[in-house]
Amino acid sequence: MSQHPDSSAQATLLSAAQQRILVLDGAMGTMIQQHKLEEEDYRGTQFADWHCDVKGNNDLLAITQPDIIYQIHCDYFEAGADIVETNTFNATTIAMADYDMEAQSRDINIAAAKLARKAADEFTAKTPDKPRFVAGVLGPTNRTASISPDVNDPGKRNVTFDALVEAYTESTEALIEGGVDLIMLETIFDTLNAKAAAFAVETVFEKLGKYLPVMISGTITDASGRTLSGQTSEAFYYSMRHISPFSFGLNCALGPDLLRQYVEEVSTISECLVSAHPNAGLPNEFGEYDLEAPEMAEHIKEWAASGLVNIVGGCCGSTPEHIRAIAEAVSSIAPRKVPKFEPKMRLSGLEPFVH
Amino acid sequence: MSAQFSTFINIGERTNVTGSARFKRLILEGDYETALDVARQQVESGAQIIDINMDEAMLDSKQAMVTFLNLIASEPDISRVPIMIDSSKWEVIEAGLKCVQGKAIVNSISLKEGEESFLAQAQKIKRYGAATVVMAFDETGQADTQARKVEICQRSYKLLTESIGFPPEDIIFDPNIFAVATGIEEHDNYAVDFIEATRKIRELCPYAHISGGLSNISFSFRGNNPVREAMHSVFLYHAIRAGMDMAIVNAGQLEVYDEIPKELREAVEDVILNRRSDSTERLLDIAPNYQGDGKAAAKEDLSWREQDVSKRLAHALVKGITDYIIDDTEEARLQAERPLHVIEGPLMDGMNIVGDLFGEGKMFLPQVVKSARVMKKAVAHLQPYIEAEKSDGTKSNGKILLATVKGDVHDIGKNIVGVVLQCNNFEVIDLGVMVPAATILQVAKDENVDMIGLSGLITPSLDEMVHVAKEMERQGFDLPLLIGGATTSKAHTAVKIEQNYHAPVVYVPNASRAVGVCQKLLNRGSRDIYAEELAKEYDKVRDQHARKKPRSKPVTLAQARANAFAPDFTEAPVTPKKLGVTPVDVDIATLRPYIDWTPFFLTWSLAGKYPRILEDEVVGEEARSLFADANEMLDNIIANNSLAAKGVIGLFHANRVDDDIEVYTDESRSEVQGVAHHLRQQTLKDKFANYCLADYVAEKSSGINDYIGAFAVTGGIGEDELADSFIKAGDDYNGIMVKAVADRLAEAFAEYLHEQVRKVYWGYAESENLTNDDLIREKYQGIRPAPGYAACPEHTEKQLIWDLLSAEQHTGMKLTESYAMWPGAAVSGWYFSHPQSKYFAVAKIQKDQVEDYATRKGWTLEEAEKWLGPNLHD
Repeated sequence: MSQHPDSSAQATLLSAAQQRILVLDGAMGTMIQQHKLEEEDYRGTQFADWHCDVKGNNDLLAITQPDIIYQIHCDYFEAGADIVETNTFNATTIAMADYDMEAQSRDINIAAAKLARKAADEFTAKTPDKPRFVAGVLGPTNRTASISPDVNDPGKRNVTFDALVEAYTESTEALIEGGVDLIMLETIFDTLNAKAAAFAVETVFEKLGKYLPVMISGTITDASGRTLSGQTSEAFYYSMRHISPFSFGLNCALGPDLLRQYVEEVSTISECLVSAHPNAGLPNEFGEYDLEAPEMAEHIKEWAASGLVNIVGGCCGSTPEHIRAIAEAVSSIAPRKVPKFEPKMRLSGLEPFVH
Repeated sequence: MSAQFSTFINIGERTNVTGSARFKRLILEGDYETALDVARQQVESGAQIIDINMDEAMLDSKQAMVTFLNLIASEPDISRVPIMIDSSKWEVIEAGLKCVQGKAIVNSISLKEGEESFLAQAQKIKRYGAATVVMAFDETGQADTQARKVEICQRSYKLLTESIGFPPEDIIFDPNIFAVATGIEEHDNYAVDFIEATRKIRELCPYAHISGGLSNISFSFRGNNPVREAMHSVFLYHAIRAGMDMAIVNAGQLEVYDEIPKELREAVEDVILNRRSDSTERLLDIAPNYQGDGKAAAKEDLSWREQDVSKRLAHALVKGITDYIIDDTEEARLQAERPLHVIEGPLMDGMNIVGDLFGEGKMFLPQVVKSARVMKKAVAHLQPYIEAEKSDGTKSNGKILLATVKGDVHDIGKNIVGVVLQCNNFEVIDLGVMVPAATILQVAKDENVDMIGLSGLITPSLDEMVHVAKEMERQGFDLPLLIGGATTSKAHTAVKIEQNYHAPVVYVPNASRAVGVCQKLLNRGSRDIYAEELAKEYDKVRDQHARKKPRSKPVTLAQARANAFAPDFTEAPVTPKKLGVTPVDVDIATLRPYIDWTPFFLTWSLAGKYPRILEDEVVGEEARSLFADANEMLDNIIANNSLAAKGVIGLFHANRVDDDIEVYTDESRSEVQGVAHHLRQQTLKDKFANYCLADYVAEKSSGINDYIGAFAVTGGIGEDELADSFIKAGDDYNGIMVKAVADRLAEAFAEYLHEQVRKVYWGYAESENLTNDDLIREKYQGIRPAPGYAACPEHTEKQLIWDLLSAEQHTGMKLTESYAMWPGAAVSGWYFSHPQSKYFAVAKIQKDQVEDYATRKGWTLEEAEKWLGPNLHD
């Protein structure tokens, strides 16, 4: 757990986490899709003359369709979420390059953080016994620092550690400026990217003298039980453990049935809170997620009852309906007890090595 | 916890330009590939961490470090272990830290430049998420005595843990190993100083570790490896006891302490422990006696051949090596009491290792199939001896009947399941393809099997499986029934099959699950428990299925037709250059570049997109080996003409009438040669049309002359014979490979022919110029939907293609009663040329369309429901 809780919001968050299982929100993209937005909706008035298509740039909506994003946050809080994630999954300068919008990255991060902040403050005011929090999301970017983009040149990289640190630094500063309570590195598929993000986040904290809790959530891409960059979940944890995360866990890629064994593994090795927000099943042949709210909640309830988790929520395909069902399912179950281990040198390559 | 734990860690030292002349030469010459082999060999010979050092004046050390670390990241055999980034230059260390995703170790930092820079570097290391080696070095120099070593390490420890919160367990002290027996008296106690300092530091600095560069100690005996190794072993023996728990060593080149000749060991011990004033002279005296007999250099890869025969058999099975299997099996037979014992003993032991590794995800499917090939060869060698003994054969785990159901010819998946089961000591009776229910059940009775496994790829096979289940119930069977194959699913098994049969019906999603399932089913007790679990699971699936709301609202057929897609026909359709039927033969070499390899890997349960999969962290190695084998197979097929590709196309005058397409005999468009019946999407569409393939052809009443094409191709003339010849020779791996390759050739043929049609035969895109990648991504004009797939899911429509093309006469391809194509490696479909034509899925249709379709096809409603089953709401 982060050693530097320096505000009352964080103190509340820590004590809440000790008493109950915290609930994250669900998918943002799935909810945006339901609005069937078109190019002109994405552009809004602010970017009506932008020189390339921006349809699909969901993060831009924080500026061009703030009401939609704000409402989605409210819907999740209404459903029972304790923490909502900012709509900034692709808001780093690196990911924004797809739309030539590197220069807008900062504004988007600030705007997104403010929307979530506003929703959280309103709900906290409504239910002061259940304060609400905002996690500022740092996405994985669309580049990989430890995998070559060219099979014929395995030593090649399409992004450097330094470039990632620069991009993540800018996003982190903007998110904090927008008022987030936590920072969340999520959907991590290349640990080196995440290490760069962690490096940036710690440097920003140090510079601002302000230390927020950091959530880390990786993605196991398939039944191999490894991240895309090839690490086992234990090896991945050892690569990220140095920043003393507030929570460590897994999200995306798999539905709860397939994810369970990895959540269990993470639960046995993590000396911090454990989070899990799976997809609502796997996509069907139409690319839609089928798993309905009661069933998803049933899975997550079982995780909670087995003492595996401290923070739960949903990823792709999940909706406020799912979050409501999940929140109800875990409401009376005690959170996982955080274990303490003997100090040992915990190294990793693709596999863990403890000495 | 899965992590390894041991009290002493070897760190590989060979990837160090300052310590290995060979590695230095490789890096200076830029031969990184061979340099990677050096790293790999270290990991293989037991290095638990590898030390990498590029400090060489002639080198851009920073660049070399980055290049090498990036390359290592693509080699899962190497990058599975943690990295030690070794340099005396901070900028090289920092560049290295930016390349490793794992938690690495920095080697090293020290107080040499003062506290400020020491702590700044340590702070950075912490932020990069690494552990660090701290040298016993301070502002005044390197520590040589015990007292200085302890003093500097303790000071460093306090600074690190107290001023910046560096985790003590991530600190590794290197209290400096210096050369002894140099002839200089002050050096005599260096080893003792190290050992005693180690003891003290471990006491004073809890959780910290002690390491060192071992080869320094024996520096004065360069050129005499046996003495050097003896010194290393003796030094380690004592240092480990004092608390040294890591060392940089040449893994695999350590003499065992107890095996050092006594005279040498004592002389070395005198030197290390500084027990006599003349110990150096005494060691120098005897050293030449041990010279020359250096350890065999780089161990040959064939070292496994020196193990005993059962270990060799196990090795051959795990690695899939057939080269020596007959000789080894024979040797084992001569040693065994009875030939059968060879199977039951070493061979089964080996296969159990394979089974375990596969179960743990440490081996992949193609490797298991190769193991089976080795096993089969061994068993084939033993068979005559076993029969001569009139033994009743090995006792198998259980007997399983496998069959591809009637009407279906696809068997790759079924064959893979068979091999995997055989690997796990199940007896498999494989009835092949197109097996009627009656035959399956008769053989099951005659052979007294323990369970039945059904496979099928095309959708009509689902009904046939239901039929087999009903027959089993009717005939009073009690055997478990396994269901597998591409179109089968847990939902279908639960909703349609399981309720027709009282005994367990198990959906097996892939070959790797088969063994576990079969084992659970064999024992009556576990079978009942499993059956209960399954019943619950199926209830849940059924319940979920029943509650499933349709994704989108259905519309009536009339509404759907009113929202039909209306393509732009302002530009008249291009008249095909060559109308009528044209048989096309093409040699395999021409098709080869058109192969889309991604599905090939999927056939072998290796998921990933080609060519990326070849570099995949997890399955890359296996994918490369599989790819090489496939290409070798292709080379042989081309050289020996052992497979042939045959195809036929036809381009016809055609027009749309409602959802049908009339195909005319000639340009008068007066005589209908055949009618293609199509289905229309029937759910409420928001922004799109309700598509039907017929929409892409101009309506008859429009007066526009339009056209349609049809094709049927196979890449598998001769595939069954060729596959059988491998399987008979005990080589299932290549048996399966033939079919997997033939499947790809058929698809490649379809791709090739479609291109020819667009550019030549029809000629509506004469100037098209696309790469294979573009072809795979369908970046061309027009589509070629295949009956039985999403846009035209009803299989009987293939008959019309066969009739229009005289396909059987031209190619020898046949249709089964379920309208599967034979040979299995086949593709057939329609060509639509309209620029706006695109693929879509018909998905669920409504009763009114079923009735309409029945009328159009001249079927009863019941027939229509049977063939349209997969697209009906239930």
